[in-house]
Amino acid sequence: MRVALAVPCYVDQLRPQAARATMVLLERLGCDVSLAFDAPCCGQPMFNAGVVSAARDAASTWAASSAAFDFIVMPSGSCTHHVRHHLPGIVGSDEGAHAARVTFELCEFIAGPLGTPQLAGRFPHRVAMHLGCHARRGLRLGGSSELHEPPGGPMHTLLAGLDGLTLVPLDRPDECCGFGGSFAVGEPDVSVAMGRDRLTDITAHGAEVMVSSDPSCLLHLEGIARRGAPALRTLHIAELLEEATR
Amino acid sequence: MNGGHPEAAATFLRDAPRAAWHDDSLWFMRERRDRATALPEWESLRTAGAALKAHAMSRLGELLEQFERQATANGVTVHWARDAAEHNSVVLGILQGAGATRVAKSKSMLTEECGLNPFLEASGIEVVDTDLGERIVQLAHEPPSHIVIPAIHWKKEEIGELFHRTMGTAKGESSPDALAAAARHHLRDALLHANAAITGANAIVAETGGVVVCTNEGNADLGMHSAPVHIACVGIEKVIATRDDLGVLLRILARSATGQPVTAYTTHVTSPRPGAAMHVVLVDNGRTARLADAEMRSALHCIRCGACLNTCPVYRRSGGYSYGHVIQGPIGAILAPAVDLSAHRSLPFASTLCGSCGDVCPVRIDIPAQLLAWRSRSAAAGTLPSGYATIFALLGRVLSSQGNFARTGRWGRRALRWIPAAWLSGRWNPWTRSGRELPLAPTESFRESMRREGRLP
Repeated sequence: MRVALAVPCYVDQLRPQAARATMVLLERLGCDVSLAFDAPCCGQPMFNAGVVSAARDAASTWAASSAAFDFIVMPSGSCTHHVRHHLPGIVGSDEGAHAARVTFELCEFIAGPLGTPQLAGRFPHRVAMHLGCHARRGLRLGGSSELHEPPGGPMHTLLAGLDGLTLVPLDRPDECCGFGGSFAVGEPDVSVAMGRDRLTDITAHGAEVMVSSDPSCLLHLEGIARRGAPALRTLHIAELLEEATR
Repeated sequence: MNGGHPEAAATFLRDAPRAAWHDDSLWFMRERRDRATALPEWESLRTAGAALKAHAMSRLGELLEQFERQATANGVTVHWARDAAEHNSVVLGILQGAGATRVAKSKSMLTEECGLNPFLEASGIEVVDTDLGERIVQLAHEPPSHIVIPAIHWKKEEIGELFHRTMGTAKGESSPDALAAAARHHLRDALLHANAAITGANAIVAETGGVVVCTNEGNADLGMHSAPVHIACVGIEKVIATRDDLGVLLRILARSATGQPVTAYTTHVTSPRPGAAMHVVLVDNGRTARLADAEMRSALHCIRCGACLNTCPVYRRSGGYSYGHVIQGPIGAILAPAVDLSAHRSLPFASTLCGSCGDVCPVRIDIPAQLLAWRSRSAAAGTLPSGYATIFALLGRVLSSQGNFARTGRWGRRALRWIPAAWLSGRWNPWTRSGRELPLAPTESFRESMRREGRLP
């Protein structure tokens, strides 16, 4: 299956290992991974800040780049959510609608179009799962406690299926980490307070590893963990799955 | 004028143990709500709740006139008020006409919205809020910090101290039972001597002309059943079509608000007692304008349950006063901008867009979508937070092509590595100043490494 890897802007620059792990993992699962998709950003940072006009060029570039592909995979729930739910409205063309149709979050793609809801692999660690809110409540890739849903979802199933992996239960399984894009710098005090609480929940339950499908949550939580919980290993889901399936 | 949510939140968070206690208290409410709403038909109830409110809003004028006809036929006097000032003067007129000088008032966010208490007090009328939480904040000369739990930010020891000063309870007494008993005596006195009662309404029913009031303390009932005059102050969006609609509305209200199947007291008042008078004041105060705004209309469906406040990770960690508006939390953040976008410019941004408010809302208001819509209206109105317009316009240009982005990214990573951390993490930097490190900058971007390995041209 031919898939394009879409690397979100901040992943390209600040967490290249997540992009590489996504690429390696998809190839290991038999995909023909193209790197020809070359739009840097879906436009979410500008759009969520309210500056829709400034999001238009990035979103249009993104939509135009999508035209050549039937499957685009992103190692980010938040960016995928933006592409699926907001980009078509910003771009206002068939290209936008096409982009929304063919773009998938990594775990969603592995479990859905690729048809492998579980992978053979081993990861003998206590792992806390942090599913980003846009993946959970935006893309519905995990249960929402507000809706009384069980945890579930493709990322949960992939993790639970790995040998040796213990999923650590959290007091507040779907509490937001406080990143929130511009919120992280517009409301730094609340943002960091939320991140600290999230990390406290994770470390108090003895997790050795925190894993997320959203590198933006990781960027924020790692920045806080480096001051308060330096022993916690933080991984993107692609990095964890790649390591577990070697 | 709102001094800005980020600054107020920072002040609130300075007392970290207190902020953690506030967060826990509200999370407790959220968990109670989760248990009480774990019903097989919960999602259907939400859908029915959204539908009955949407239906009522689509026939608002018609239903209000029907309500007026029914209520008038029941012996109730119905008044119409265009705005807060008109509402206040109607209420004062009724009180003065009846020679009433002492008012027992039960909880009503509408009268808070209209600033009724200070207005009546300035005219020599004594107003006692008879809801315990509201009485606490009234004695402290504060507004409510939560629409359902007005004194959620008060600790029991502090309430003990307040009651000691204002009611003469024993110094150091802080047991909830003793304080509640003292408050009960104090409030009974006010209720027995009041010559008018003011209540809000959780719903008014067009079909019957009835007013429905829900409380857990029975204070609204004591007030309206003992005073010779009862005035119900009601926002026009509270009208529902039929009494059957209450079968949905009352179930979703209490379960969402406090995690109870139903409130301790649910009172249906349709007519005055013999010899007494009953008035209903129907207040617009911006609601019709909101109805005309298709994008934001559903905010009128709000039944003031407070579930979105309890679940909101930002509200829990910033407190009600940080919103600078009579309605706090996520719902306040989409209601306040309609009143004055410039004054409340920080509120649409006081959210991570985590979506929890949308998922708890018992009438399915898409609060996250409206927060986003207010953000883009802020851009159009020139009321974005300071710097946003410039920064994001620039960022938009950088992110519009791979060439621009790659160059900027390369220099950015160099800056992260070469510029001394002490300067990069200075007070000026909001990323680091509250306790968060800057990302470690890799030497190569993903695309650079792919080029080096020959996978990209």
